[in-house]
Amino acid sequence: MKILTTAVVAGVVALSVMFTGPQLMTTSTAAAADFKPAVIYDMGGKFDKSFNEGVWNGVEKFTKETGVEVMEFEVTNETQREQAMRRMAERGATIVLGVGFAQADAIAKVAADYPDKQFSIIDVGWLDAPNLRQYVFKEHEGSYLVGVAAALASKTDKVGFVGGMDIPLIRKFACGYVGGVKSVNGSAAVYQNMTGTTPSAWNDPAKGAELTRSQIDRGADVVYHAAGGTGVGVIQAAADAGKLAIGVDSNQNGMAPGSVLTSMLKRVDVAAYETFKDAMSGSFSSGVKVLGVAEGGVDWAFDENNASLITASIKSAVEKARSDILSGKVVVHDFMSDTKCPY
Amino acid sequence: MNASSLPRWIDIGLLPVLNLIAALTVAGVIIAIIGENPFVAMGVMIKGAFVYDGALGYTLFYTTNFIFTGLAVAVAFHAMLFNIGGEGQAMIGGLGVGLVVLFLDSVLPPLLVVILAVPAAAAFGAVWGVIPGWLQARRGSHIVITTIMFNFIASSIMVWLLAGMLMAPGQMSPETRSFADGINLPLVYEVLQMAGFSVSRSPLNLSFVIALLACFGVWYLIWRTKLGYIIRATGHSERATIYAGHDPAKIIMLVMAISGALAGMMSLNEILGVQQRVILNFTSGYGFTGIAVALMGRNHPIGIVLASLLFGALYQGGAELDFEFQTITREMVLMIQGLIILFSGALAYLFMPAVVRIYSSLRKPTGSG
Repeated sequence: MKILTTAVVAGVVALSVMFTGPQLMTTSTAAAADFKPAVIYDMGGKFDKSFNEGVWNGVEKFTKETGVEVMEFEVTNETQREQAMRRMAERGATIVLGVGFAQADAIAKVAADYPDKQFSIIDVGWLDAPNLRQYVFKEHEGSYLVGVAAALASKTDKVGFVGGMDIPLIRKFACGYVGGVKSVNGSAAVYQNMTGTTPSAWNDPAKGAELTRSQIDRGADVVYHAAGGTGVGVIQAAADAGKLAIGVDSNQNGMAPGSVLTSMLKRVDVAAYETFKDAMSGSFSSGVKVLGVAEGGVDWAFDENNASLITASIKSAVEKARSDILSGKVVVHDFMSDTKCPY
Repeated sequence: MNASSLPRWIDIGLLPVLNLIAALTVAGVIIAIIGENPFVAMGVMIKGAFVYDGALGYTLFYTTNFIFTGLAVAVAFHAMLFNIGGEGQAMIGGLGVGLVVLFLDSVLPPLLVVILAVPAAAAFGAVWGVIPGWLQARRGSHIVITTIMFNFIASSIMVWLLAGMLMAPGQMSPETRSFADGINLPLVYEVLQMAGFSVSRSPLNLSFVIALLACFGVWYLIWRTKLGYIIRATGHSERATIYAGHDPAKIIMLVMAISGALAGMMSLNEILGVQQRVILNFTSGYGFTGIAVALMGRNHPIGIVLASLLFGALYQGGAELDFEFQTITREMVLMIQGLIILFSGALAYLFMPAVVRIYSSLRKPTGSG
């Protein structure tokens, strides 16, 4: 269960919190001298090539810049989440960062028990504690951007989407993507498939490849995946067929250079880095932080691996969509706000 | 050359200790290779498992899991059945707890629900044990194969239910809703705090006591009852059992039911003790580690308690290593645990020939003289 399971932000509650906007409250500031940050990675481990590793990148960046060591722990069983958070607090950590929705229950309990410590969690937006910061991402905005790129890169006017587990969050990816495609070409067809309804759908590259091939057989020539480990199969199948894939979460352009059109970036590293930076400078605040295009939380990837695929017209169109989202001219629909997709 | 040529204290005392020392030596060498002091690491582990506030509670919490799964393997082993299905039986036991609580927590008082959930864990585990037992007894399907397969079936059932009809509405991870307030086994630290002791919090709960009672129950059953005698007799010779007028098939099914029930009760500790909801993978491999625990504990309840304590300490102290050293990752901790399982489980009798040789050469002078 890679990126996306961990990426699972939950339900309507999260959304209602998201859109009421973050209520920011500055909590007690820790003196820089006794500043001790800690991070609890989840089951995937910090080198999972996706979600946890993204956080790790942010942590590394922070350590490199400030020279402050970050205490780390990787949980291996269910009980350890809460235990690790308590241990970090007892060992003098001044801020503890939790990674992924699975740690929500644990961090809620521990944050209540240590009111003078600071806590932060990624991909959770429905908790409420005066010393807890929560991060959620606007995955639909990033998906919209890659949708624009997909529609322009497609020669058949047919594009595909392969999701992991069929949950509202993944439909949120899909809906934003369809929105982006249709904004360019209203008559383009978007084929959507979910890999499964169980967590194993996050890690089934064979089935991901199968679904991709079937979409390609139906005429799709660009396939976007939001399927964690399953996506490896999606990218592979697209590359084998000489078609294009779109990566997700981290920059996957390099996985099959020349065959990955772009990647939808979900910058969990930004969340990790920002948490520790704010805590260090004493500007830590609680509440829910929503990271979209405007906050640099989601984006599309453009680097040397896909430079030959992204033509000038694609680039300018995506950049325009980006600035339209920034200016508010385009509001990408969030599937999870009403579990409907209007596109 | 076998265990019977050695006095009992060597078989159940010295050999496990030798295995442990061998495992720790190899682990120590590896820790030294990555540049840490193995003795310091050992100290951190022991402190992490027993000394700091709440550490002992966590150690005993993990111990509880291993006692249940270790006993499950041991009981079956006395009838010469190798039950590798503890993992699946524990999962289904957890399902039993979940179903009882989720259906009843809105209608019955919490205490009653908890009292009903305990036998449900055992009953569901027993069913998951008795099916392979029946297949072995009546259809000749080998228990090792079927119990392994039943782990996969159990896992699939859990995924199907937790990602489907039992999944809590409004959220996306495959787990049930939380149980109603008050539906949990009493936590030891809360009870002790109420009694006026200052104890730091840990997940240790009443199931530890249930586990110890189960130990006594297993000891009594195997060595003090007629049924226990028949179970052991069946293990040694089925034909003798038939000659004595018992049906080995029935004994096999009964033993597998008891074994499954014990494994199923592991879920009390995790589900009813701590999580208060049914989650995927709460068994985290405890069912498999139970095999090593039973081997190391020589299938005797006291040995199993000691071996469980060792593994509990390893789990808890191992996590502490991860905290203390940046270079020792959780994979490293897993390797140390793996070495101990390897030496005490798979290589349990590695030192036997040498020990037998030394023992007999020591004995000869006095024995013949």
